[in-house]
Amino acid sequence: MRYLPLSEADRGAMLAKIGVGGIDELFADIPSDKLLKGLIGDLPRAKGELEVERLLGRMAAKNVAAGSVPFFVGAGAYKHHVPATVDHVIQRSEFLTSYTPYQPEIAQGTLQYLFEFQTQVALLTGMEVANASMYDGSTGTAEAVLMAHRVTRRRKAVLSGGLHPHYRAVVETVSGMAGDAVTALPPDVRAAEDLAAAIDGETSCLVVQTPDVYGNLRDLTPLAAACEAKGVLLIAVFTEATALGAITSPGQMGADIVVGEGQSIGNGLNFGGPYVGLFACKQKYLRQMPGRLCGETVDAEGKRGFVLTLSTREQHIRRDKATSNICTNSGLCCLAFTIHLALLGEAGLRRVAAICHANAVQLADQLAGVKGVKVLNETFFNEFTLELPGDAAAIVEKLAARGVLAGVPVSRLEPGHPELANLLLVASTEVNTDEDRASFVAALKEVL
Amino acid sequence: MLNNQGRPTQAGEAGAATHNTFTGNRGLQIEEALLFEVGRAETTGVDFPAPPAVKSRLGGLARDAAIGLVGLSEPETMRHYVRLSQKNYGIDSGLFPLGSCTMKHNPRLNEKMARLPGFGDVHPLQPLSTVKGALELMEELGRWLKVLTGMPAVALSTKAGAHGELCGMMAIKAAIAARGEQDTRTVVLVPDSAHGTNPATAALIGFTIKTVPARADGTVDPAAVAALTGPDTAAIMLTNPNTCGLFEKDVVAIAEAVHAAGGYFYCDGANFNAIVGKARPGELGVDAMHINLHKTFSTPHGGGGPGAGPVVLSERLAAFAPVPYTVVTADGVRLVEDAAENGSFGRITAFHGQMGMYVRALSFMLSHGADGLRQASEDAVLNANYIRAGLSDLMSQPFGDRACMHEVLFDDSWLKDTGVTTLDFAKAMIDEGYHPMTMYFPLVVHGAMLIEPTESESKASLDLFIMTLRDLAFAAKRGDSERFSGAPYLAPRRRLDETRAARAPVLRWTPPKPLSLAAE
Repeated sequence: MRYLPLSEADRGAMLAKIGVGGIDELFADIPSDKLLKGLIGDLPRAKGELEVERLLGRMAAKNVAAGSVPFFVGAGAYKHHVPATVDHVIQRSEFLTSYTPYQPEIAQGTLQYLFEFQTQVALLTGMEVANASMYDGSTGTAEAVLMAHRVTRRRKAVLSGGLHPHYRAVVETVSGMAGDAVTALPPDVRAAEDLAAAIDGETSCLVVQTPDVYGNLRDLTPLAAACEAKGVLLIAVFTEATALGAITSPGQMGADIVVGEGQSIGNGLNFGGPYVGLFACKQKYLRQMPGRLCGETVDAEGKRGFVLTLSTREQHIRRDKATSNICTNSGLCCLAFTIHLALLGEAGLRRVAAICHANAVQLADQLAGVKGVKVLNETFFNEFTLELPGDAAAIVEKLAARGVLAGVPVSRLEPGHPELANLLLVASTEVNTDEDRASFVAALKEVL
Repeated sequence: MLNNQGRPTQAGEAGAATHNTFTGNRGLQIEEALLFEVGRAETTGVDFPAPPAVKSRLGGLARDAAIGLVGLSEPETMRHYVRLSQKNYGIDSGLFPLGSCTMKHNPRLNEKMARLPGFGDVHPLQPLSTVKGALELMEELGRWLKVLTGMPAVALSTKAGAHGELCGMMAIKAAIAARGEQDTRTVVLVPDSAHGTNPATAALIGFTIKTVPARADGTVDPAAVAALTGPDTAAIMLTNPNTCGLFEKDVVAIAEAVHAAGGYFYCDGANFNAIVGKARPGELGVDAMHINLHKTFSTPHGGGGPGAGPVVLSERLAAFAPVPYTVVTADGVRLVEDAAENGSFGRITAFHGQMGMYVRALSFMLSHGADGLRQASEDAVLNANYIRAGLSDLMSQPFGDRACMHEVLFDDSWLKDTGVTTLDFAKAMIDEGYHPMTMYFPLVVHGAMLIEPTESESKASLDLFIMTLRDLAFAAKRGDSERFSGAPYLAPRRRLDETRAARAPVLRWTPPKPLSLAAE
């Protein structure tokens, strides 16, 4: 077996040195009736690289890759171009095969990029501090709600109807299990809900997504004022990080905690994971923040260096009193994020965001010209909601058969709402071409 | 003085430490400024055409203020990150004996497979008719996990080990609620040797923790468990093999005691890598167990993530599994995404979990096969015991010199009166070119040093490691304290001031003040 260096002779010599007669003497604590005698049936034997490539290659070939078709699927994960440099660097052994930087003297590479990442995230979100990342945007949102409960000592969250339904479900599941209350407002396709009226003196936090899941941009400034008046924390959520290059940052609009999905920058679609959750807040809430934090310090010779810090919040010190059970971040994905953002810089991010927006505007205008099709949004960044003259899921299947992946039927995310069945979420990024848009429009005309 | 590998044994002899350079660089070790000190606002390393002119649909929310980001050209980017990488230690650099973390070889085939466009470039919400192979892969990975653990069901979507714990404990909480006992079954038993995530997870969803003390041999006594159980018992969270590197030999009796009280057995599967193909948790009374794909099945640790922590479930808990999950139908593999469809306790992440990790783990399993996985467990245990045999005369073991599983645990009583601490010893290992072992964990052992070599090490590598630790141990005992107290001397940084970092946290770069202000 190519991954196992020991020879049979090595094994024999080592057993002799240990002073046992056979390997199973080392497994003597396993009750003898539970110790497996032979190999587990139903599983194949070892295979060479070539065979494994063949097997997995066959499975992969049954999927339609986003890059192979006109592609407009979003709703929380987005197809962007990632420069070749990113994937090369994250596969360097010293990044790929290292561990959480518990020994900072030999992990300054990881720690410095985490410090740079935290700075980038704080700047993008317009917040004072950011952590070293969460698993993804959805779990980060659930953690933000728990954090707000700790800060306010209240236990009720109010969720906007524009929050991604999966995010809502994760918050509801975690809160339900923790015994906390959640008021989730009904799906709000047109950003018409009155959120200020939905909070009261028992509310710990108001969770609002912008751009929301239907694509609408939301002005958080008036909400921030309403929240402050009632002692409620405003949690701003985003699922498309590229949008932050084009729109006013949540921090500028007064959010207390900002959390979102960072996949768009540096990370591929990967059928849903691994992704990278971005998490930032006001400095005054730092001690209640979940997740890993990297901080600056000096070494014994006075040289600048970085360490994991404020770990007295964390589970390995505080155990059942910890701020969170989280024991890791999304290391390599946040490395990909920070490299891609270093390549883009201020100028590149703003340009790619502008291209995304322009492509989406062109697409919306063209689709609105198809008979029976309506764009519902007043505002949007790179994703909007279409009202179709029939069931969106069925239409998406027909479009897929014509080689166009057109978007996400709202019914996939909100199965219990027949009134939303004709709605389709359509996203566009810098990868889309004039030809892609023409194919989409032509195919849609055919199937309607 | 040089040792038999031709390497200096004294820090001062290395030369590099005392030879000053103009740049502060030391040969291949190059100092690298922060991104924000080398980047520029106007620079970008990505070329795009100007955006087409359109009428903005951003309403009044277009960004007006600068973000404050900086950019680098592509060559500068490469250099920045390559230099940073050279300050890191990885498995590919050398033996990485970090106990409980399982730093084994990461096959590059797995990376290649995860990047096939059919896996890496597939959206979680594109039509299910266009992702049949992806669903098939999830089902196949789940099948391997179920067969290897002897458990009937699996929840794949959890994002890390601790997330898996949360998922498993949620399934237990849901099962208790389904029995109408949510108000009375509120206590979770956790041994004092457990990972910190166990009590943190149980507390997160409202359970009260009762600690089970370990007995003198480092394992849990079923009588102690039975004495703590009652009608309020929700579950026990037991790590097996445990964090002392020992198999809980009374695991079956412990499971029976908890079941007899009406509770559930959550097994922390962090150390499953020791027993794959040797024993099946399903036959030991386990109700739920997470599997760290990044440990046992070698998906890369990546400097702290991303991980993946699928949870296998017993018949009693299977119905409560979170969405999404796959089911096999006559038409192929189906994905269930709506929690309302059955008794699911809900959803714990957007989308379907760590697909990129599923591919890598399945690639690892297919490569090993049932025979290779069993051999890997045996080699991991053999390697740990070989280190034990090579060091047991010099270093003390808290529970006596007895066979261990995949990791061997020493305490610091052998360092008494030397002035050298576990931390010093670990830092001196860095100068020798090794990543230190896990220090001060498990908490139940004073000055713990937990060494896990994994199956990836050759005998020659282990021999050199043993000789190195013996040399260090002799040095400590003969009072060569300088080799320890200031260590590391030869790493990219000397010992870092963690107290200072925590006292006045600096968590991001901020622009330096103009000189006129700084002078005030």
